Amino acid sequence: MDMHSEIETKLQQVFQDVFDDESIEIRPEMTARDVDGWDSMNHLRLILAVERTFKMRLASTKISGLKTVGELIDLIAASA
Amino acid sequence: MSFQYIEELGWLTRPPVDFRQQCAGLLEIDTPGRAVRALADNALDQTQLEKLARLIGTLRESGQDLGPLLPLRLGIIGTGTLNFIEPALVATAARYGFVLECIRGDYDQVAQEAFDPQSIINRAAPDAVLIAVDYRALPLKECPEDAEEARQRTEAAVEQLHAIRDAIQKHSGATPILQTLAPPPEPLLGSFDCVQPGTLRFLIAEVNRALCLDAAENGGVLFDVAALADLVGSAEWHSPAQWNLAKLPFDAKFLPLYADHIMRVLAAMRGKSRRCLVLDLDNTLWGGVIGDDGLDGIRIAQGDYVGEAHLAVQHMALALRNRGVVLAVSSKNEDAVARLPFRHHPEMLLREEHFAVFQANWRDKATNIAAIAEELSLGIDAMVFLDDNPAERLQVRQALPEVAVPELPDDPALFARALGAAGYFEAIAFSEEDRARAAFYEGNSRRVALRSQVGDLDAYLRSLEMEITFQPFDEVGRARITQLINKSNQFNLTTRRYTEAQVAKAQHDADCFTLQVRLVDAVGDNGMISVVICRRTSSDTWEIDTWLMSCRVLGRKVEQMVLRELVHHAADHAVTRLVGRYIPTERNAMVRDHYPKLGFSLIAEKRDGATAWELRLPAEIAGAPMAVRRLDFREPIALRPCG
Repeated sequence: MDMHSEIETKLQQVFQDVFDDESIEIRPEMTARDVDGWDSMNHLRLILAVERTFKMRLASTKISGLKTVGELIDLIAASA
Repeated sequence: MSFQYIEELGWLTRPPVDFRQQCAGLLEIDTPGRAVRALADNALDQTQLEKLARLIGTLRESGQDLGPLLPLRLGIIGTGTLNFIEPALVATAARYGFVLECIRGDYDQVAQEAFDPQSIINRAAPDAVLIAVDYRALPLKECPEDAEEARQRTEAAVEQLHAIRDAIQKHSGATPILQTLAPPPEPLLGSFDCVQPGTLRFLIAEVNRALCLDAAENGGVLFDVAALADLVGSAEWHSPAQWNLAKLPFDAKFLPLYADHIMRVLAAMRGKSRRCLVLDLDNTLWGGVIGDDGLDGIRIAQGDYVGEAHLAVQHMALALRNRGVVLAVSSKNEDAVARLPFRHHPEMLLREEHFAVFQANWRDKATNIAAIAEELSLGIDAMVFLDDNPAERLQVRQALPEVAVPELPDDPALFARALGAAGYFEAIAFSEEDRARAAFYEGNSRRVALRSQVGDLDAYLRSLEMEITFQPFDEVGRARITQLINKSNQFNLTTRRYTEAQVAKAQHDADCFTLQVRLVDAVGDNGMISVVICRRTSSDTWEIDTWLMSCRVLGRKVEQMVLRELVHHAADHAVTRLVGRYIPTERNAMVRDHYPKLGFSLIAEKRDGATAWELRLPAEIAGAPMAVRRLDFREPIALRPCG
């Protein structure tokens, strides 16, 4: 499994945990509008969970620029 | 290494791999209280704490009986985003035996929640309210140019905190819990910050001091966040990025630790702090094994880095005892041998009189700890058990899940720190009665009789996933074989000492059958743990010249497996009779009945206690739950008739 797919698999589990929904399937084009309950608090929980799971710090400047899940995956891959 | 241990709550076990499934499974169990506590009793990260907290909330709201967990209601008001603290606390509360309901005040509405009798918090009338105000919410603007202004600002901040506290108490009836302030690491003047009135460091220190003095005088509950921030380092504790992004008052990675520390205080308020520390001896209170190394061989001296590490554990235990924690011993040793260092070693800090109960025997530790608890009329959940051996820790955790058994780092230099970090003995007061408590148990280090077995030993042995490896003597193992032959004193049937040359000779002697035995299990590699030398004394008889074993693997049925191996090879060598001897020494009383226990029959007994035993083959020897590996056994030279 290449790095991007590995990240996507792990990230999907993070989404399922944060939104408490085992049925969530993420796609690169996905945005906040596509997921029920993706409000600012869950956005924050998502960021913290991503930092914990991938053992990285998401620089605060980069977070505001993120629009899609695909961009998030790229960001995670870049910091590996 | 310490930082990681503390940040990750290293004293707790890691959560099971199927944590998610076990969480979901809680909804199917009839009385899930114990299962909830068992899951919470692991080092959970924030994601896992949130998952467990959600389930606890669901169970609580559905009216499920969550006994024996006790209900507790906590209000939270304070600075910044406190949303994440709630689930961390709810899940962590289960670790301490509580079903926690959290009532969170509105964002940054500390004064409103406190002073309005109809506020959310006040109407909820919780048992306690955590007032998590940090320095940013107080009028503590730096004023290094004006000492009088500094004094006034300090006073104003303290007054504000006390006013909030008093209002909460008056309007809700809850016990208020104030927090000390954690200063940020950024200096103004540098080292001089602590000296110059009006710097932020100075102001915060003055506020904290005033809070402590007031709590001492008026008996209020104070949660020392400043100490927690110190513990992990203020540069780690304060995260500018997370404050800027989301007004998180401290780095989110410390949520599990913060929750654990608060729960210690809440548990202490409910009398649930632990009361008794049960100590292992060998390699916990001193370096080495008293039964094998003797008084001269154990390491306990000042100036010896291993000795000092263990002395630090003794020092901490003694300090705990002097503040009212009861001490007990649970050791796998002969009772008289175990007491030797306490009686005769000049460098020991702990003496027999410091212990209320002293259990040194060959039974399992869980059974001993249960007996200690009963003797002291303490609940099992009041006990803490400190042991360097992960297999022992596992056995006690399995048999008595309510005993606190800290995981320890490999380095004994960190044992004391680990025990301290686990925080089992949190106090919210310190009275004469506390000081006198240890004496009340009359430290006469008494021995308690054991009754029925606690826990399922066979299940424990299976869970160890042991693999035993049998090999004849070889060059690679020779040095270690020789070492064991010369240093084993307790589990040693004949205590025959051989040089390396003699060991090599036995290896090559056609009339000798030799075994070096290794044991690996789920918690680690025990290395070489047994050595056997058999000599052919007639065409059909092997006499067991040497049989020794490491005491570390007692109670695992290794002896049976070794005998089974001997019987297996005896058949190949046309041996139909095994003869074993027991030569008594001052140290090996524990193996006096080794041969009868294995099914041998007595053939001779001398006045000095020496005995000889035989086992006629073939014989069925029951095995034990372990995998067997054999290496390098040559084809036996058949003593069968030709033709």
